[in-house]
Formats: sequence, C-alpha cells, structure tokens
Amino acid sequence: MREALREAMQEEMRRDEKVFLLGEEVAEYNGAYKVSQGMLAEFGEKRVIDTPISELGFTAIAVGAAQNGLRPIVEFMTWNFAVLALDQILNTASKMLAMSGGQIGCPIVFRGANGSAGQLGAQHSTAFESYYANIPGLKVISPSNPYDSKGLLKAAIRDNDPVVFMESEVMYGDKGEVPEGEYIIEIGKADIKRPGRDVTIVSFNKMMKVALGAAEELAKEGIEAEVIDLRTIRPLDWFTILESVKKTNRLVIVEEQWPFASVSSEITYRIQKEGFDYLDAPIRRITSADAPMHYAPTLVGAYLPDVPRTVKLVKEVMYMKK
Amino acid sequence: MATKFTKETYLYWYELMLLLRRFEEKTGQLYGMQKIRGFCHLYIGQEAIAAGCMTATKPEDKMITAYRDHGLAIAKGVSAKACMAEMFGKATGCSKGKGGSMHFFGADVGFFGGHGIVGAQIGTGAGIAFADKYNGNDNVTLTFFGDGAARQGMLHETFNLAMLWKLPVIFICENNNYAMGTSVTRTSNVVDIYKLADAYEMPADSIDGMDPEAVHEAVARAVKRGRAGEGPTLLEIKTYRYKGHSMSDPQKYRSKEEVEEYKQRDPIETSKQKLLEVFGVSEAEIEAINERVRVEVEECVKFAEESPWPSEDELLKDVYIDQNYPFIVD
Repeated sequence: MREALREAMQEEMRRDEKVFLLGEEVAEYNGAYKVSQGMLAEFGEKRVIDTPISELGFTAIAVGAAQNGLRPIVEFMTWNFAVLALDQILNTASKMLAMSGGQIGCPIVFRGANGSAGQLGAQHSTAFESYYANIPGLKVISPSNPYDSKGLLKAAIRDNDPVVFMESEVMYGDKGEVPEGEYIIEIGKADIKRPGRDVTIVSFNKMMKVALGAAEELAKEGIEAEVIDLRTIRPLDWFTILESVKKTNRLVIVEEQWPFASVSSEITYRIQKEGFDYLDAPIRRITSADAPMHYAPTLVGAYLPDVPRTVKLVKEVMYMKK
Repeated sequence: MATKFTKETYLYWYELMLLLRRFEEKTGQLYGMQKIRGFCHLYIGQEAIAAGCMTATKPEDKMITAYRDHGLAIAKGVSAKACMAEMFGKATGCSKGKGGSMHFFGADVGFFGGHGIVGAQIGTGAGIAFADKYNGNDNVTLTFFGDGAARQGMLHETFNLAMLWKLPVIFICENNNYAMGTSVTRTSNVVDIYKLADAYEMPADSIDGMDPEAVHEAVARAVKRGRAGEGPTLLEIKTYRYKGHSMSDPQKYRSKEEVEEYKQRDPIETSKQKLLEVFGVSEAEIEAINERVRVEVEECVKFAEESPWPSEDELLKDVYIDQNYPFIVD
C-alpha cells in the first residue's frame, strides 16, 4: 500500500512542478511509515521538505502556498496530530474560496494515517472521517486497498479543491494488484467489492476487511452479502448504496467512527429518505464504542467492529434465528 | 521639518490616508444606520501604516491581514466602491457579498484577505511568501496582525519556520495597544512585541506608526532583505485606533486623554502641514484633494446602495471549484 501511495505522489510530482510534499520526517528519514521513501533523493529538498513538529505552522504555510498557486501535499504523521492544524483546514482551506467570492482557491492534499492501529491508547486512535466530512469545501477520501489508494491519491493531487486523504497505519504493508500503466479513480464513486443479493454491507478503509470477512462467513451459510466500499466519504455516493438496497432490501454499515453523527448516521438518513419503501428491516450499524479507545487488548477488541458482531447483525436484519 | 521624501509621495500619502479616514467615518455612520451589519472594525488612526507600506513595496508584492482590513485592502488597490458594496452585502462587493467587513479580497491586486481567526493569517501569509520563493520570483508578502495575535501559538510556529526556510515575508504587528479591551501590558510579561523575534534570531524593529516616513523606511529595509533571500523581518509598528475595537465597544478600558494624545500626532494632519509648509502646496490644492476624496466616498455609498443583492442561487457557488460537486440538498 505504501508503494502505491508513493507512486501516486512520484508520478504527479514528475508531471507537475507545482506539486511538493512536506511534513514531519518525510525527507531524510524517508517517511515515518516509509511512504515517501526515496522521494528526497529523486526530487531534492526543494520539493520534499522536512518540517519541525509544528502541525499548525507548516499546515498554514502549505495552505498559503496553495492559495498562491502551488499544489502542496501535506503529510500528517497521524490525523490525531492534525487536530492542531484543524483551524487552518476548517477556517482557511475550506472556506477561503467562498469568503473571497470565488477568487482564492486552495488546491491541496492533506494525507496521513488515520484511526486506530493496535494498542496505541486513546490519543493515537481516533478515526476522523466524519469530522472532516462535515465540512463544506472539503473532499474526504478513505481508501481500503493499494489499487484504490493510488488512483484516488492521483485524483486528489489533481483536484482543484482541498482534499483530506485518510490512510491507515495497519494497512501500509498490505499487498495488492496495481497495474503498470497510469490510471485515475474518480473522487466520489463507491465501489462494489463483492456482489450479492441478500443484504448490503457498506464500509470503508480498514473496516472493509471486517465487512468482507463477514461476507465470507455469511456465504458459508448461503447468505450473499453485497459489500460496498465507499472510498470517498465526501461527497458521499449514496446512489450506489440505494441501488444495492433496492435489490437486497437490507443495509448494515460497518465503520470505525464513534457513533454520534458518524458516516453511518448520514447514510442511514439518506437511505431511509430515498429508499424507505425498499427497506425490509431497520438499517443497522457497527461503529467503534462510544468511548475513548483503551490500551488493554481485551478492550481494543471490544472497542472495534469485528466479523462475528457484523455477522450477527446481518442475521438480525435478515430476521434469522441464531 | 525637512524630508528626503518627495512632494509626489506626500501627495499620494495624504490623499490615500484621507480616503481611508473618510471611508471609515462613513462606514461608521452607515453601521449606525444598519446599512452595514455583522462585526465591523475601523482602521481610523492606523492609516500611516497602509501609506508607508504601499510606497515601500511594488504591485506584485502580496498582503494579508486580519479582520481590520478596510484600510489595507483599499490601499493595496481593491476598489473602494467594491469594498463599500461588500459591507452592504451586495453582489458587486469585492467578495461578491459573501465576505462582509472582515473578509475583503482582491486576488488581482495581491490582497489575500481579510481573516477572522486571530493570528491564523500569520502562517498563511508565510505560505504565500513560500510560493513566491518556490517560484523563484522576488516578491515579498506583508503579513499583518495585531498585538492580540502576537500571543497566539501560530506566531511562534510561523516565526520558526519562516526563519528556517528564509521566507520572503515581512511580519507587521500593528500594535494599537489593545487586544479588544485588554492592553498589551495585561497580556504578557514581554510588552515589546518586536523582542519576540529574538528567540528566532529574526531581525526586528519597533516603529512609530503615526509617521508614514518611519513606516516606509522600516518596510523598505525589510523588503530589501526579503527580496535578497535573507528571510523574514518582524516590524512592531506602534499605532493607535481612535475608535473602539469593533462598533459595539464602549471603550471603558482607556481614557479620553489617551486617545487625544495620539490624535495630536495624527498622520493626516502632519502630512498636510508638510505639504503646505515644506512643499509649498496651496490651501486650494489641499481643498481640491479633500473634495475629490469626499466625492469618491459619496460615490462608494451610491454604488453600494444601487447594487443588487446576491441572488439565492449564489448559495452553493464558490464552495468548490469543482462545478459538478453533488451538494446535499434535502
């Protein structure tokens, strides 16, 4: 996965001189998670820039640079640290085009690891998609595999609006097919990762593993789940979900967000409004627990959505006994 | 009273400062009449800063400031008519009626706004300078902020990065001595804001903001450094706003005598005296300028009054450059 992300950045930097990368440890250290390995050597220190631990400051400089014609990629070591820069993302990057009456745009990509990654404790484990998806002016991408990551990151870098790109520390080592030739994946399009007819499961990012794992288990019992990978959170491709629900009449959402005002909340609203007559059961979801993530392995397990609970929930919306 | 500045410079300064003053006086009146709404912060008293900055820079240089932005926007070349229309909320405003008093913009003249989060524009301004350095031109960015913003973490992170990367940015602290109602002495142990630059080994100076000559010379030195690739400078320009923080400020935190003391050194008055006494400009010529400014301000108001409101279909425009963005509409 890290290679796919790196290729996306390299290809776009070779294509466009205005694109550059900055963040903590991106250059000499070759990336905290080795995503930018070798990029300093290829592009030099003008375009692959190490920063001090100053999320607010370096984000502001990147935002200002974007407003003055460059196309920065800002790497956050984790989105947990990006909270210090939220003012720049929310109040400057996302709003300046509107505040200026369309005069000053902000073509920038904010990317980095998001969500939990094992026993990292409460402050390194928040999943932020729903926070940023709340903000008009931003686009929010959260991919689940190397192929999508590369195509979507290239689209994000070429996009003229500010894009938030959520990766996962536990997926950087994932392997997957990435073709040789150039390709772009359109922002705002969900992808059916597994077709099925009995129930729709929607997920994104690393929770796609839970969704696909549950579908695998369900298949053993003759239940064919259709698994939709959102890929983009904002704008939300609810149309693809609706089309699936028209066929399956049942919807389960699996996500790592906290439950209140989460991505599943928005999907649930939209599908009950647009597809009320197609539903044969209440829409259900599994999110992270409504608590900070704790350290102990038992509590990490209890906090995150998993395959057994997803299987159980699917059976509930199908009104199956056991 | 001798000066090395020319008559033309003084004529420019006098007319610009007078325009900013009269524009703001009219703004205050119109606010009272509820023609202008929202938060509104007047520049009255601080005009010499705008004047000195303009003559020390070139049109390709950039400016960014906080929400007390009327004076700097007009000085930089944003149309005064469009500024007045913006405060009325009209479609012809410099931000199409979407910004208001605090959010004037003029991308075509290098004016990057009008920002409402105290201190946030310090870093953004350094980023604008970053892009000019990256592109290899010699433009500089004047990044303005108030004394209140000097207590934000953003200032320190930006100072550090701007020095590290030798960005062509000039940090200008318009120290009017009050962060809303809190005087500088009540906000820090360090009351000389220019000394904050010392921690980053950034050149800095404290300047009399009631004197356009002093402002010009200090900014010119900083600009020279910036263009030469030597990095940023901090200028603490000591100024004074004659009016309250915003239109709703009863000003109980300072005395009338203090305000009067500064008015004695009013830059518009001293510039006028210089024109009359040093350059031999006649009273009639001064009067002609005054009349031109009076007419210009009246025309601003007429333009704003007669301009149309933004139509409701503007609501979802300018949110994304992407014209096909599928907004949530319930």
